[in-house]
Amino acid sequence: MDKLIMFFQHDFVIKALIVAILISLCCAILGVTLVLKRYAMIGDGLSHVAFGGMSIAMVLTVADMYLMLPITILVAIILIRLTNRGKVKNDSAIAMLSVGALAFGYLIVDLFSASANISGDVCSTLFGSVSILTLSNFDVWLCVGLTIFVLIYFIFFHNKIFAITFDENFSKATGVKTALYNNILAVIVGIVIVLAMKLVGSLLISALIVFPAISAIRLFKSYKWVIIFASIISVINSVLGILLHLLWGTPVGSTIVIINIFVYFVCWCLEVILRETRRV
Amino acid sequence: MNIFECKKLSIGYPEKVVCKDINFAVDKGDFVCIVGENGSGKSTLLKTILGLNKPLSGKVIFDKDFNRKLIGFLPQQTELQKDFPATVKEIVMSGFVGRMGWRPFYSSQEKDKADCVLKELGVYEHSSKSFKELSGGQQQRVLLARALCATDEMLFLDEPTNNLDGRSIKQFYNLISKLNRDNNITICMVTHDLERVIGNATKIVYMKDNIKFVGTKKDFLESEYAKNFGVEQEEIIVINNKGEE
Repeated sequence: MDKLIMFFQHDFVIKALIVAILISLCCAILGVTLVLKRYAMIGDGLSHVAFGGMSIAMVLTVADMYLMLPITILVAIILIRLTNRGKVKNDSAIAMLSVGALAFGYLIVDLFSASANISGDVCSTLFGSVSILTLSNFDVWLCVGLTIFVLIYFIFFHNKIFAITFDENFSKATGVKTALYNNILAVIVGIVIVLAMKLVGSLLISALIVFPAISAIRLFKSYKWVIIFASIISVINSVLGILLHLLWGTPVGSTIVIINIFVYFVCWCLEVILRETRRV
Repeated sequence: MNIFECKKLSIGYPEKVVCKDINFAVDKGDFVCIVGENGSGKSTLLKTILGLNKPLSGKVIFDKDFNRKLIGFLPQQTELQKDFPATVKEIVMSGFVGRMGWRPFYSSQEKDKADCVLKELGVYEHSSKSFKELSGGQQQRVLLARALCATDEMLFLDEPTNNLDGRSIKQFYNLISKLNRDNNITICMVTHDLERVIGNATKIVYMKDNIKFVGTKKDFLESEYAKNFGVEQEEIIVINNKGEE
């Protein structure tokens, strides 16, 4: 306990916690929509694309955000469009893109990077091992801004997002601008993923997107409560993960993911117990 | 009054024309059945009329006084909906989304109307239940309720009785006929199940390979296609019986 109190006196710990809470909130809200649309793997694929973008930025020695953001958003829009039209088989398209971007990113970093510690750089991008504790004020404000945007969007357009997620054909036939909302979703997914890389690194982003959503789907039967519960457990899991990391020195990203997996199994057991007791 | 008209419409996919030169009009109060064999393009025709598929050539012209946002649609259920966490009320209310424009939340009138429709269709007591817990017949009623929230005038249905058992099918068709008769809602339905609905239909569009027949029920029954269809019906019923045993 003393150790924890000591940690809280540091500025960087507070910053890390704020960012963790905000990013987990965004990922969970977004995750419910992506999981229900069967787009869960898109998050994974895009995180690798973001890694590719980051590698290019590393080689060109420009600020990574300026390259990662536009590339990731662009790919997100293209992916969601292609899968919607059924032109590309969803899973294989994403697998191709994901592996391709990863290989390309590592290749150019290895060939051209001026950095002395390439494997260290790559490792931290993939697993987010140190970056959460080295956040700048700019990163924190960016997260705050983004979270406010995501929250406002999802609160005000909750009904439309639900209608389109549940039944895109019906929505389109009855005059909802489905293409517009899908594009906005792609942009938000792109931004959230680029920012989430800071927290858990590109390999573990899909965990933040998928686990809170599927845990909540196990327990709740209304769309609204699935989103609310997913947000709550996502935030709790991430905060717990950071605290454990501080206490035991375990890697942040992996710790958060393991906690998420554990919570998923708890929810699963709860679901089974609830079902059985209802039957009796 | 004419609601919409298909003029020299060709439907299908860029690689393949499924059906060409389709001409027919739907008037207010009509009960139109689009029938035909599997793969004849019934559902594609419906999707083209609704603007979900682009016509390869020709046009679907809606009357200029008819607001296209006031269309009700009962699509075939998707794989995705089978385990979707949503309550009946959430789904039915989503029928209003198309007419809301930029308004973010449902109004209290809309909530009242949704309750009304749910009561009318006999699924009001399931309002707060999860959609996936309902039986096939109840699910179709819920989706019909959603379509009725979207429209008071024009309802499109795509094989609405696909997953229903015999008794539910009959109830469902009675419901549709009642909506057509009492609420004066124009119906345009794709079905392979002509025998059960023909009593209520006013117009038949029969499709096979290419469009073969468009006309009133009376003309259809007198035409050679009706016989064709009768044979096909028996086959379908036989398959169903085996399935139940």
